[in-house]
Amino acid sequence: MNALQRHRKLDAIWASDKGFRGWFNTVSHTDLGRMFLVTAFFYFGVAGVLSMLIRAQLATPHSAWASEEVYAQLFTMHGTIMMFLFAIPAIEGMAVYLIPKMLGTRDLAYPRLTAYGYWCYAFGGAMMLASLVLGLAPDGGWFMYPPLTGGIHSPGINTDFWLIGITFVEISAICAAVELCVSILKFRAPGMSLDKMPIFGWYILVTSLMILTGFPPLILGSILLELERAFGLPFFQAELGGDSLLWQHLFWLFGHPEVYIIFLPAAGILSTLIPVMARTTLLGYGWIVASVVALAFLSFGLWVHHMFTTGIPHMGVAFFSAASTLVAVPTAVQLFAWIGTMWKGRPELHMPMLHILGFFITFVIGGLTGVMVAIVPFDWQVHDTAFITAHLHYVLFGGFVFPILAGLYYWLPLVTGRKRFFKLGETAFVLIFTGFHGTFLAMHVLGLLGQRRRIHTYDVDAGWTAINLTASVFSFIMAIGLALVLIDIIIHLFIAVRGARSPWGAGTLEWATMSPPPSYNFASLPHVTSRAPYTDNPTLPDEMARGLGYLSDPQEGRRETLMIDVTSGTPEAVVVYPANTFLPIKMAAVTGVFFLSLLLKVYWITPLAVIGVAALAWRWAWQLGARNDAGPQPVGRDMYLPLSSETAKSQGWWGSAFLLVANATFFGSLLFGYAFLWTIAPGWPPPVWLDLWLPELAFGIAAALAAPILIRMTCARVAGGQAAAAPCTMALVAVVVLAVCLASLMLRTPDPSMHAYGATLLVLGGYGFFHAAVTGVMLGFLRARIAKGHTSQARRAEPAIVRLWVDYTAAVGILCLTIAHLPALLT
Amino acid sequence: MLDPAGPAAREIATLWWIMLGGSFAILVFVTILLALSFRPDRRQHDDVRMERTWIVGLGLGFSVAVLAALLSYGVATGARLTAPSETPVQVTAKATLAGWTFGYDARDDTEDVLHIPARRDVEVAITTGDIIHSFWVPRLAGKIDAIPGHVNRLRIEADTPGVYQGRSAEYSGPGYLDLRFTVQAHDADGWQEFLRGETE
Ligand code: HEM
Ligand SMILES: [Cu+2]
Repeated sequence: MNALQRHRKLDAIWASDKGFRGWFNTVSHTDLGRMFLVTAFFYFGVAGVLSMLIRAQLATPHSAWASEEVYAQLFTMHGTIMMFLFAIPAIEGMAVYLIPKMLGTRDLAYPRLTAYGYWCYAFGGAMMLASLVLGLAPDGGWFMYPPLTGGIHSPGINTDFWLIGITFVEISAICAAVELCVSILKFRAPGMSLDKMPIFGWYILVTSLMILTGFPPLILGSILLELERAFGLPFFQAELGGDSLLWQHLFWLFGHPEVYIIFLPAAGILSTLIPVMARTTLLGYGWIVASVVALAFLSFGLWVHHMFTTGIPHMGVAFFSAASTLVAVPTAVQLFAWIGTMWKGRPELHMPMLHILGFFITFVIGGLTGVMVAIVPFDWQVHDTAFITAHLHYVLFGGFVFPILAGLYYWLPLVTGRKRFFKLGETAFVLIFTGFHGTFLAMHVLGLLGQRRRIHTYDVDAGWTAINLTASVFSFIMAIGLALVLIDIIIHLFIAVRGARSPWGAGTLEWATMSPPPSYNFASLPHVTSRAPYTDNPTLPDEMARGLGYLSDPQEGRRETLMIDVTSGTPEAVVVYPANTFLPIKMAAVTGVFFLSLLLKVYWITPLAVIGVAALAWRWAWQLGARNDAGPQPVGRDMYLPLSSETAKSQGWWGSAFLLVANATFFGSLLFGYAFLWTIAPGWPPPVWLDLWLPELAFGIAAALAAPILIRMTCARVAGGQAAAAPCTMALVAVVVLAVCLASLMLRTPDPSMHAYGATLLVLGGYGFFHAAVTGVMLGFLRARIAKGHTSQARRAEPAIVRLWVDYTAAVGILCLTIAHLPALLT
Repeated sequence: MLDPAGPAAREIATLWWIMLGGSFAILVFVTILLALSFRPDRRQHDDVRMERTWIVGLGLGFSVAVLAALLSYGVATGARLTAPSETPVQVTAKATLAGWTFGYDARDDTEDVLHIPARRDVEVAITTGDIIHSFWVPRLAGKIDAIPGHVNRLRIEADTPGVYQGRSAEYSGPGYLDLRFTVQAHDADGWQEFLRGETE
């Protein structure tokens, strides 16, 4: 087989369907990454237009542009769209597109999940957009503080759009995060040990872990608030044992890490680009990895700095103030590592470099004002003024928009295989840079003069007119600059000339294939021995195209790649991917029906939608696997490896493990909420505690202890080649008993609409019950697989996955039952 | 806020000017470092030594030193501003969507005007009748939230008798813009008169 024949053969296996069909059934990370990015930038445009309307309204005093109600929708939706529909998805898009190419593999760990995540984002985003078009958009500010957003003060559907729509969109973030974690740890090119991984991989790994631990508190908060609004469970109502501060804790437990979730990938872009632009290598790779990890840890200890004015005791405030300033240290380490890198090399003023310089100036100012507001007394003054708005834009625009524009100009030649020839980008940069600083420097001053944020107008005699007008004029200059970038990119996509491969002389693998990249990324997988494999071996692209690497000879029309050992990068198994399918979009649509039924309060549809999702999920999993042992497969270079389904830990096991991390964070947040209400909220103890009912407690715990033992027996029997049906059935029975006990707990809770205690208990029981139900379905699935001969001594991966879920559910069940009975046991 | 009329606001304004100066110096410093990276003549450096200067020296050493200094100043200021004083004048403030109600030990409540004696420490106990609001008189002190089911305390003091503008500073839906109040600081005689109910 020569290179061209190999290309034809691989492309026939990997290509997405032509035309319209291909848009909806593609599972390729290249397609989906681009779709994420295009959709995200569409929302950037939408939110940008909203911000222009805001600035138009504020340009003059007593402007009659927007009424108070409309203005509230404008700023709420501007903030919400920018954060949830632009920034996070843009990051996902970048990572989905780049990670497999940079790490030298052919796709992400779960191609269908990438597609499912995208469609959840697309449908959830459409829901939010519809609210805007209908004039029913959320209007409580992007952090949605109750009681303002509770049922009493905001009875309309506006708030429900936010709570339900954003939760829907967040599914995509969780999917992407699970998938990126597993891909980065297990799906790199052979030989790429962790210390040889491109620095971008580290950033995305840490970011993904932060999404898994940062988003669950918000999802929990949204569920609780929606339960309060829809069914009157008083989690946030002080009169009934709730506390509105709980929302603030849950929101900022998410909201602060969110800022770093947005910043870190952008920093990853900078760490990748700056050495290339300066023709050198990154200074302090190890230091940077360490500081990124430190940043991730620290950022979870800072959330209270958004609540300095809520009356938290001075010592607590001092602690969080210290932590908030401390977080500047790892950021400073990175900043100086980048400048040091520029000193080490010879920076060239290409287009991406302009935006990098824009980043430096803007972000340093944003960081400095950030340290200022971390100093508590100062925050008491500027909190909730235009100074904060200005600060957050310096951080978000400086720390995110400039880097992502730099990244866009850097990777566009890869995506399109073309090079720019008009110099529109330079003009655009100047407009954006001056426009940005003109707008937001002015807004700092307004804040210091006492202009509150979120006010829709102001008096002439406040003396703010000239400054506001200046800010508005400059914001339009910035808008023109951003529009020019768009035009520049469109021209680039359609009429620019073909460019050379690897125009910047970078050393990472994404450049070591054709541009635009082929559907299969690499004709054969390279063996990596350094951090810059392409620089060290300029003939690498040819060698890979000629099939000198791994998996150069696709077997039986399969989409294949390699799974490796986490740290050393030694190849371990062959992964066979599913091909193009409509399953993800169907499942996202049914998930959408679920959320829509909640939004429109047609609750009889909800259970049907749940069953629909479960049925599709069953099919999703059923399509994988085989009924015969395949044995070791030739992967090239005289190596034979098993299929991943014939190992002890397949990709499904890894994915489940990371999903359970997110899940455990959710559960932890719930327990935190319970403890918080108990100790801090007014109106406790509740009028009645749950009665002790021993059979429920005893049978529940016994079943929860039995299930893990039984699933272990199942696994052992499968591995030993014995009949495994019986223990599997018994494990199923145990989980059903557990579910019944948890359901009984839910039915016995003291009236949940009368006190937050009953409401919390109901949610606790519901969480346990839901997990017992899911695990029950999984055991049923496993039982069916055993019956159909899908498991064998070799094909032992599936029982191991179910075991993880059984263990988790058992632990959750025991905790739920014990915690619920504890007050009765103690008294 | 930049025109303080009380000790708390004054301390915070001083804090701001110091931080502004420091920040400006750091910004200039970083900009110079960036500009210098583009200079053409340069000898080759070795990574180990560069890591020591840039990362250990500037990234860790410099930032830790600056932040530690600022933090201790900030915490000390915060402690001073919240330290209990011997005999503060006690007043209460209750926010609602309809406006603010202020209560005093010795006389009837007032609506939308808070009366205080000038040059005395006043402790305002703040709560709300409905949703979250925030009590803020920029020229006198920082702000603190009014939260359902909780009572927060803020200390204010005015240097001279006069009228100071106050406002709610936590978004509360339609009508937020107009949720304002005034603070009337009396001299000693005026305060006694007010307490006797002779002023409205
Ligand atoms: C394109 C240029 C932008 C302009 C001109 C702009 C302008 C504004 C203005 C004037 C406000 C204040 C509204 C008010 O308090 O009354 C605001 C709020 C906000 N902006 Fe932007 N913005 C821009 C880009 C961004 C970006 C890129 C992000 C995030 C990635 C962002 C996130 C936010 C958030 C979170 C809020 C707070 C919303 C709230 O108070 O609920 N903005 N923006
Ligand atoms: Cu924060």
